[in-house]
Amino acid sequence: MIRLNINGQDRDVDVPGDMPLLWVLRDELNLTGTKFGCGIAQCGACTVHMDGTPIRACQTPAESAAGTKITTIEGVSGTVAQAVQAAWQKLDVVQCGYCQSGQIMSAVALLTDNRNPTDDDIDAAMDGNVCRCATYPRIRAAIKDAAKAMGA
Amino acid sequence: MLNQLIKQAAADVASPSRRGFLKGAGGALVLGAMLPRTGFASEAAAPKVVGPADPRPQAFIRIAADDTVTVLVKHLDKGQGIMTGLTTIVAEELDADWAQMRGAFAPADGALYANHFFGIQGTGGSTAVANSWDELRMAGAAARAMLVATAAARWSVPASSVTVEKGVVRHAASNRSARFGELAEDAAKLPVPQNVALKDAKDYKLIGNPSLHRLDHVSKTDGTAIFAMDIRRPGQVTAVLARSPRFGGTVKSVDAAAAKQVPGVLEVLTLPAGVAVVARNTWAAMKGREALTVEWDDAKAEMRGTEEMLADYRKLADQPGNVATDTGDAAKALAGAAKVVEAEFVFPYLAHAPMEPLNATVELTPDGGCTIWAGSQFQGVEQKVAAGILGCKPEQVVINTVWAGGSFGRRATPDADYIAEAVTIAKAYGGKAPVHLVWTREDDIRGGRYRPLFLHKVKAGLDASGKLVAWRQSIVGQSFMIGTLFEGFMVKNGVDATAVEGASDMAYAVPNLHVDLHSPPSPVTTLWWRSVGHTHTAYAKEVMIDELAAAAGKDPVAFRLEMLKDHPRLQGVLKLAAEKAGWGQPLPKGKGRGIAVHESFSSFVAHVAEVSVDEQGRVTIDRVVCAVDCGQVVNPNIVEAQVSGGTGWAIGHALRDEITLTGGVVDQSNFDGYQPLRNSEMPPIEVHILPSTARPTGVGEPGVPTAAPAVANAVFAATGKRLHHLPFTRSGMV
Repeated sequence: MIRLNINGQDRDVDVPGDMPLLWVLRDELNLTGTKFGCGIAQCGACTVHMDGTPIRACQTPAESAAGTKITTIEGVSGTVAQAVQAAWQKLDVVQCGYCQSGQIMSAVALLTDNRNPTDDDIDAAMDGNVCRCATYPRIRAAIKDAAKAMGA
Repeated sequence: MLNQLIKQAAADVASPSRRGFLKGAGGALVLGAMLPRTGFASEAAAPKVVGPADPRPQAFIRIAADDTVTVLVKHLDKGQGIMTGLTTIVAEELDADWAQMRGAFAPADGALYANHFFGIQGTGGSTAVANSWDELRMAGAAARAMLVATAAARWSVPASSVTVEKGVVRHAASNRSARFGELAEDAAKLPVPQNVALKDAKDYKLIGNPSLHRLDHVSKTDGTAIFAMDIRRPGQVTAVLARSPRFGGTVKSVDAAAAKQVPGVLEVLTLPAGVAVVARNTWAAMKGREALTVEWDDAKAEMRGTEEMLADYRKLADQPGNVATDTGDAAKALAGAAKVVEAEFVFPYLAHAPMEPLNATVELTPDGGCTIWAGSQFQGVEQKVAAGILGCKPEQVVINTVWAGGSFGRRATPDADYIAEAVTIAKAYGGKAPVHLVWTREDDIRGGRYRPLFLHKVKAGLDASGKLVAWRQSIVGQSFMIGTLFEGFMVKNGVDATAVEGASDMAYAVPNLHVDLHSPPSPVTTLWWRSVGHTHTAYAKEVMIDELAAAAGKDPVAFRLEMLKDHPRLQGVLKLAAEKAGWGQPLPKGKGRGIAVHESFSSFVAHVAEVSVDEQGRVTIDRVVCAVDCGQVVNPNIVEAQVSGGTGWAIGHALRDEITLTGGVVDQSNFDGYQPLRNSEMPPIEVHILPSTARPTGVGEPGVPTAAPAVANAVFAATGKRLHHLPFTRSGMV
């Protein structure tokens, strides 16, 4: 049994220690907002926060998440998250939407650390998140819009 | 030519005789279909979160007592925004308030929801808006008329004195009003009006309105949108399938002992398609599959590598093929031409790799049928295929269509491939539990259904004045139509229309044109891929035309315009893109500007790209300007997104992506080897839409064909180097 803290709640899961956090979230805890895209940390669809830092849940063994605070798209909250989600909605960023949970988790982490990111900062923070629909221009615009809304 | 078929179908729908037909068969189809048989107020409030539609009310429109209006959308929304677009069309004619509108995926029911261009229920070919345009406007207008008639009767006033605005039905003179929800139940009892007036485009309030948000803009930003991957049925198990590493290989022997020892693995099933591992969860299924030892029989498998296939194609291209078009005498004209330009083009296998890997959940039902949850794109095919596997009737196959995480063509297959796998596994598992079949990314990248590998040889001639007089093109590549249910429809005289569209119907005026095709078979599976034949034909045409302009010493825009005198809409986008891009303005050394224009799926697009190329041959796309004419725009915000996204799609693949085979085995396996375009690589892009009230046409695909040739032509302008082999890395770029 592994004790995880997910979105502020302790959850005990009976899984092998090497099961990736992604599958614990999706298959054991029914938190399906975090997506499976590649399984090898190349696409970012599974991005969640571990103690506030964006990580790829598909390459994070469940046992290594014990003792940390995991936040998923279902639990992300606060000023930055609200600003990011509002900007995403205002600019109609989404197309198929499958990657967007991960995009938003990466963007929230970026803007939490850096309230006024440059284009280079956005490139560095967001290049690990693939969007096959290529919604990138609006992702960039939404990050800037969220930064502006927060009064950077 | 999907293109031509779509054009024909659009013309048929628009023509009076076809309308007459619609009134007969289609009176029921178009209007009768609009209303549930038992009344149009549904007991329960429509759900806020759109999802699978309740299959009972057979209708396009449901108006609930709480005033919500739900449009049943028969096309799959895989990101292209059709849920929003079709809902907008109904809302416009209904004079609804946008805030009261909802969308839901229609159930699988070919009688009600067939795509009029295909004859079966399905989405593709950028047809959705064009296909539903009349149907949904008429449905919306009829529903509005019924609401008005109900109010008029209730208030004892003439219907002509009743108005509707933003979801409120009003009689101004007596200051009475009613909301849709108050009228819906009585309205549903009225006969469906047979003649309804449709709005004039100048009166549109919602169609063409840039301020409407997508219906999925909230659920896809808070993690609540449900994709097939997120379906969780009680007791559900997960399956993964071990498939032959070589296309055409079959299972010879299986040692499942180790796999069965993996905790969570429930069963290992040997099937014709491969070996299925059924487990408690996805991780256990994947681990179980890794533990399998399978010996494959390669007797009928493709054993060649890509380079060997290309060598074979190269030889074939020099032989006469099946003739797609032949006007004048291209051979003679070439012999007499003042200048001849020739080139060989290579286009690699390409995977669709939608972000959501293929998957579906299947639950067998006690009547011998099943229920399927999937991002279903070809419901009409999937019902038949599933019924064939289970030995039931197609209507016993219930399909709940949910949001699809991209498709780009992959989810629509003539044999319902992954759906068939899921149903087969559910059957083999004996109905003990609902089965969720999951493809991993490796399954996807190695799983075939690629845009076929193509080789073109093109030879074109100019006369002494620099006028194009001859064009001869030989195209070689697999057909994904031959051997499918679409063969009779799409293959004529041995020519697969999807392989030559955009080439055999060339818009540029050339008196002597010859295009032929070879379709060599291979066990490698292939499929349409966002913009289908135009992915390669437009590239060859537009790069070649650019070379001819250079050979003639003419400006690439002027040269094209001269040959497009009979194509005002192509001219329109070409001129607009050139103007907005500042065509003709000088650029510094190492930079170049290129242009391309093309018609696909009855929409017209031109791209201008500006690039920088450094000494190592590294291409940076500095700016892209695009002009599109897709007729009446339903949602400009979505058109912009689709054309911008199509541009990113095209250039991402052109830069470096290819699926290659060595000894029949795919060399790539995931996004490390098949590298998607990333945020920092997306160029700034401007999309300019030509205002139009012509019948609307699609935008999901037409943004793709011209983007890569515009970049290639810009690289030529910057470096003098021609990029004939894709991806650009095959032409010496990095």
